[in-house]
Amino acid sequence: MQYLLLIYAAEAQWSTMTEEQGAKMMAEYGAFTQSIIASENYKGGNRLHPVAKATTVRVREGKTVMTDGPFAETKEQLGGYYLIEAADLDEATAIAARIPGARLGSIEVRPIISMG
Amino acid sequence: MLPLAEEQRSLEQIYRDEWGRIVATLIRLLGSFDLAEEAAQQAFSLALERWPKQGIPANPRAWLISTARHKAIDALRRKQRWEDGGDPDEAMRNLAQMPTPALEEETLPFEDDRLRLIFTCCHPALNTEAQVALTLRTLCGLTTEQIAQAFLVPSATMGQRLVRAKQKIRDAGIPYRTPQLADLPERLAAVLLVVYLVFNEGYNSAAEGRALSEEAIRLGRILVELMPQEPEVRGLLALMLLNDARRPARQSDSGDRILLEDQDRSLWNQDRILDGLNLAESALRIGPGPYSVQAAIAAVHSQASNAEKTDWPQIVALYDVLLRMQPSPVVELNRASAVAMAQGYEAGLRLLDELDQRGELPNYHLLPAARADMLRRLGRWKAAAQAYRDALALATPEADRRFLEKRLAEVEAKAD
Repeated sequence: MQYLLLIYAAEAQWSTMTEEQGAKMMAEYGAFTQSIIASENYKGGNRLHPVAKATTVRVREGKTVMTDGPFAETKEQLGGYYLIEAADLDEATAIAARIPGARLGSIEVRPIISMG
Repeated sequence: MLPLAEEQRSLEQIYRDEWGRIVATLIRLLGSFDLAEEAAQQAFSLALERWPKQGIPANPRAWLISTARHKAIDALRRKQRWEDGGDPDEAMRNLAQMPTPALEEETLPFEDDRLRLIFTCCHPALNTEAQVALTLRTLCGLTTEQIAQAFLVPSATMGQRLVRAKQKIRDAGIPYRTPQLADLPERLAAVLLVVYLVFNEGYNSAAEGRALSEEAIRLGRILVELMPQEPEVRGLLALMLLNDARRPARQSDSGDRILLEDQDRSLWNQDRILDGLNLAESALRIGPGPYSVQAAIAAVHSQASNAEKTDWPQIVALYDVLLRMQPSPVVELNRASAVAMAQGYEAGLRLLDELDQRGELPNYHLLPAARADMLRRLGRWKAAAQAYRDALALATPEADRRFLEKRLAEVEAKAD
């Protein structure tokens, strides 16, 4: 089964980190990513620019409406994701718990609808 | 051949005993909750039809499983591929290999299946309401209507709850297995909590609630059977048995609640007390935990032939232990009541006032109720009346309301 692991955190946290803490975090992410590649769970993943760089697109009655920012103001913002292959939810949540961001924010584990 | 009425009662008993086992095994073989329930349902329907005419078979379980297996195979043949996401070919293979239980007793695979089932029903990915509903439906065989009635929820709502829970298990890939050893303590705690919730729901409602308490006790017994080395499983069963033993004495004919100190102890169920005492003792020996300590407290009450003989200092000491394990304002409240009995109402009142000031139990009616009781016993009528009013102002069960209103009237009369 495939799952999308959505990494949410209050963006403000990143700005309160020192350079050293930031670098440590990046190193942990690097190690984590390598480990799930090695275990053949990794299918993809990316870090996202902060929501200030987001643009929201809606099409209503044939008109495209574009707004600056995320789809909604939320306490925690989507900062990145992993796409993984896992045998079941237990394996997926165990992987999610190892994401460095899980200590600071929330990881939403979403099962992917398999087409076909 | 048995007369019809007796057979139907026996079938009822057989249903109670076998439903959970059969469904648990079928889920493993078929990979689908719905298919398993359907097959089990059909097997029991056929039994209801055939057994009154043909007599109850020598091994009802084997008959039921064999029949359910055939029904499942029929269902699989009809479906090329089903929405459940399961694999019909694999299910067919599993069914073909399924051992028919011989005439001798329980074999391990069947017991493991009920453990798989209960841990799956109580998986943390499901919310508590869903856990409770699914456990009662699949392990206890209660109908949707029965569960809905027990929790005072419309049938359709409960039906939806069950459907959504099963869909989540399927779509999110909740696995059908017992947890890894590392996860066991937390996962077991969730299972015990569900069982305890079911018990309390039954314990706090009147006669109708009895069925739920019985289901909880039955689940408790199954868990002790399947996990004999776990002390808290024993502790919970002990607690439920010891509490339930008092049921015959808890309500007056008019439906009013009778307090522990006023109960006719000759009405207490001594078999359950003995059972509970033994379980509490063995639990504490293996390793004390919150449920077994609560059971120990209940045991102290059970061993007092009348209220005056209650060993309150012992109860206070047990609450001290419980508080260390599980610090909580509710436990502190209960301890304060015990302190009042052991050391005097002033001492108890001091603790309650402190608790009240901390504001950790803002909507819990039992706190002002306890204060009211102590104030009443100290003859402080006006303060007691106010406290009773405070208690009534918060949401309370009907039985408690009647009791509190009566007390309020008493102290108001004295205050004049």
